Formats: sequence, C-alpha cells, structure tokens
Amino acid sequence: MSEVLYLDGISVSFGGFKALNDLSLVVESGEMRAIIGPNGAGKTTMMDIITGRTRPDKGIALFRGDIDLTRMDEAEIANLGIGRKFQKPTVFESHSVEDNLQLAQKAPRSPFATLCARLSSAQQDAIDKTLVTIALSDDRRRLAGELSHGQKQWLEIGMLLMQQPELLLVDEPVAGMTDAETEQTADLLRQIALTRTVVVVEHDMEFIRALDTKVTVLHEGSVLSEGPLEVVQNDPRVIEVYLGR
Amino acid sequence: MKLGARTWIFTALLAGITIIVPILNLALPPDSPLHVPTYAVSLFGKYLSFALLALSVDLIWGFCGILSLGHGAFFALGGYAMGMYLMRQIGDRGVYGHAELPDFMVFLNWQELPWYWLGFDNFFFAMVMVMLAPGALAFLFGWFAFRARVSGVYFSIITQTMTFALMLAFFRNDMGFGGNNGLTDFKELLGFDLHSQGTRVALFMASGITLLAGFVLCRMIVASKLGKILVGIRDAETRTRFLGYRVEHYKLFVFTVSAMMAGIAGALYVPQVGIINPGEFAPGNSIEIVVWVALGGRGTLIGAIMGAVLVNLAKSYLTAAFPEIWLFALGGLFVAVTLFLPKGIAGSISMPRLIGARGRP
Repeated sequence: MSEVLYLDGISVSFGGFKALNDLSLVVESGEMRAIIGPNGAGKTTMMDIITGRTRPDKGIALFRGDIDLTRMDEAEIANLGIGRKFQKPTVFESHSVEDNLQLAQKAPRSPFATLCARLSSAQQDAIDKTLVTIALSDDRRRLAGELSHGQKQWLEIGMLLMQQPELLLVDEPVAGMTDAETEQTADLLRQIALTRTVVVVEHDMEFIRALDTKVTVLHEGSVLSEGPLEVVQNDPRVIEVYLGR
Repeated sequence: MKLGARTWIFTALLAGITIIVPILNLALPPDSPLHVPTYAVSLFGKYLSFALLALSVDLIWGFCGILSLGHGAFFALGGYAMGMYLMRQIGDRGVYGHAELPDFMVFLNWQELPWYWLGFDNFFFAMVMVMLAPGALAFLFGWFAFRARVSGVYFSIITQTMTFALMLAFFRNDMGFGGNNGLTDFKELLGFDLHSQGTRVALFMASGITLLAGFVLCRMIVASKLGKILVGIRDAETRTRFLGYRVEHYKLFVFTVSAMMAGIAGALYVPQVGIINPGEFAPGNSIEIVVWVALGGRGTLIGAIMGAVLVNLAKSYLTAAFPEIWLFALGGLFVAVTLFLPKGIAGSISMPRLIGARGRP
C-alpha cells in the first residue's frame, strides 16, 4: 500500500495558541480513518491544513507521496482530488438537490467552460446514481434549503462523491442526526470507503464503533494514540484526556 | 437554452415599448391625446439607459452577492468615451472654431490633442472604448480586490472610494476631460443632428434594443451553469471554493461583464441628455442605483429594470413638483420597501421558481 496523505511535524499557532503541535499522520490508500479528540485538539485545523485553507508554520504535508499541499490553494487542492465535508452542512440552499450535484460534478472548472457547459446524458446518469446512493431521488427538484438537517448532510456527501475525490475528509457527519440517520450514514461512509480513502472526524463513539476502523486520537495538536478502537479505548493516556471524562 | 416564459413575455413587452413609443411620437399629430412629445421620448430613453445600468448591478449583486457602490464610475466612463466622440464630431463648429481641439482645450491654451483623445473621431473606436475603458478598470480593480479576497462591506467601501477618487480626478482641468464643466454642446452623432426628432427617436430605440439585448444576455448568463455557480458563490462561497472553483475568476468575469454593460448604458445616456460631467461619478449616484435594484427586486433582473424606471419616473415628477422633498421621498421609499417588501417589487409579486430568483432565506 502507498500513502495518500503524509503529514510530518506540522505546527501552526494562532496568536500564541498552538492549534497543531508537531502533528504527524499517515493515511494509506484505500484506508478509512477515524479521528477523535476533545474540543480544541486540532481536528478541524488539521483539515484546514490539508485543504489549503490554513498554511502551517512548519511541517510537511504531502498528497500521493510527492505533491506539496502547503503550496496550493483550496481550489487547486480540490481539483487534485481531495474533497471536504464541513461540520455544519454546507450546500447551495437556493439550488435544487439536482443542481447541487451538478455543480459538484467533476468537470472543467473555468468560467468559460461553465458558461458553455451542457449536461451530457452520461453526466445525468452519474447524478441519478448518486441521488440513489444518498436516498434523495424523490427530492431531486426540491431546493436544498428545504431539506432536513440529515438530508443536507447526505446531500453534501453526495456532492463530494460527484467530485470523484481520491481522498475524502468528513467533519462530524452525524452531528445532530437521529439514531436511524446515524446508522444510515455509517453504512454510506463504509460503502464509499470501498473505493476511496476516507478520513472522518467525529465525536460520537457509537458512530466510530459502527465504522469499525482504525482510530487516531488527537490531543493538544498532536497524535496521542493510534490503533483499533478497543486498543485506543484502553490506552491510559486516552482515558485520562478524553474518554474517561 | 430554456429561458422561461416570463423572460419571453418581458422581452416581448420591452420590444413592444421600443416600437410603440416611436410610432406614437412620429405617426400621431402633436394634438392627438396619445402623441408622445419628443422631449418625453428622450426622457424615456434616459430611463432605459438607467435600466441597463440597474441590470448590470443586479447581475453582480443579485446573483453573485457583490455589492458594488461604485458602478456609477463605469457608467460615467462609458459616458465620457461617448462624450469624447461627440466632442470630436463638433469639429470647427465650436465657439473658438478650432478644427481639432474641443473648446475647453483651446480655452486652456493647449496646442494639440492629448494622446488619449486620438482615435475618438472614429465612431467604432469610440464604441470599443465605451466597453474597454470600464471593462479594463473593473478587471484591474477586481483582479486585486478578489484575489485579496476582499468581500462584503469592505468591497463596497473601496468601490465607493474608487468612484470618489475618479470624481476628484475628472474635476481637474489638466486631466483633459473638460474639468468641472465636463463635455457638452454636442452637435451630431454619426452625422445626424442630435437635436432632431428623428435622431432622438433613433436613440430611444437604440436604448430599448440594447436594454433588451442586455436583459437576454443576463438571463443567459444566470441560466447557465456559470450562473448557478455565481449563486453558489453568493450563498456559500467556501463551499464553491472547496468544490474546486476559482471563486476570484468567477467574480472577476461577472464584474467585468457588468462594468462593460454599465459603460454601454453611459454611452446611451450621454447623447440623450446632452452632457457628461464629473458629477456622474458622485458616490451618491452609485448608491442610488443600488436603491433602484433593491426596490425592484434583487436577483430578478426584471425587478432591476422596473425599479430603475419607476424610481426615475417618480424622480422626474417629484423633482419638478416638490423639489425640496425629493430626497426624503427616495429615502422613505427605500425604508418602506426594506420593511414591507424585502424582496422588492418583482420578488413580491408571485414568483415562479427561477434559478436563483430567491434571495437568501
């Protein structure tokens, strides 16, 4: 296996507060990785570094072994094949569900290309397929703003799928979901992880258990522990800072 | 491309006005109750040029969330480009009778035409400049502002600054644009007497046709995938960026197109009112455009046109009937619309779901 994502010695501080402190993390191709940690552990900052929103003070962030992520901006990184789902569901509320997927679909991204773009039947098929995957086929013409909270989360995941990313970063996908929705989301992510690399940040331990995957625990901006959930849960340091409380 | 029934109805309506007003002016005798006097034709023509200007603001504000409070500058630049052509058309019929130099240059004791006035005796060159001058300024301005991710109220403030700075610059005599007095005393356009009834009617029709073309162009832009991305930028800029779209390129594209439309509007305005001066750059003018759009209904295109025409009709009436309270009326109107019709006139009349027709929830 080769590594898709390689972070080494990443540090970043905001006005004296060390958000990340010598963080090192390797994610293998095809892997699904869950990242947990208390508030302020640096989970979201880590995603910001990977997706080009924040520049690290020092450290290396490589994609596919040799692409330096710290030199690129958000759009370039997205086009490399890194998709990101935000903590708060972020979809285009005044567009229909279908249009949301169409905008996310992998296609030329320049203004002149989109000015002249026509939806091909192959593209329409891909949208239809994703609508089935995220269980929104019946809502395709509804405005995204009218969807329930859980449906918006799925729509955003569906948009990521349309981007056909190699690496998917998912920030708290089940926050505010019902138990049934949480279970469906776990199924959806496991299904997605069959074909791509997925990194999930989550607080919900039931959900992490349902994902049944390798876990990395972050604390105060660096990795505290790593391994299967049972191992991590029994790590005394983890118990002290996070799970035990 | 599907543009929707409303677009076609409105297009037909605009086309109808463009044809009927000239007929009512030219074909009916002056004593007929339906006769439209020539001065009114020019007045309507001016409203149509304002409507095109409002359309350009709605394209960026309503659909991409870019609130420009400096669009009057692009309008004025287009107007000045047209004004320069009209000045050169005067030839030796000016007060001082100089074959090359406009009167104000003779008055300033200038010996020859400044380089930036060269070529303006050619109509097509001038028409290119009508779009190029505002377009280039918008491109440069947007290039720096959007790359630095200046947005929201900060962007609005620097656009105000831009138009204010231009106003001060154009007030200076040595800029070579007529200073305080601006450019005026025009005689002919393409050899046609600007004061004749026929030319005035033709200018009205040109305004109507250009507005129509601008409207259809805007509809095509907002109905395209690019248009959907613009609305995406308006509602969730970060999401758009993380989907891999270069938000600054999109903003730059639409801002430049919009500035060029504003420039064309200015070029239609100047021959119909007969003057262009630095007052057109006044920051208040740019704010007024935004009021038209807000009143008519932001993000509807049709609303922008309606807002521009209605406010200016009211302005023409009120400034004549109650000159002291005109500004209070405009302010009151804006407050009332904000309170009672937050989506504007077009947004409040039952609205089928056009793409991006809704404002923020």
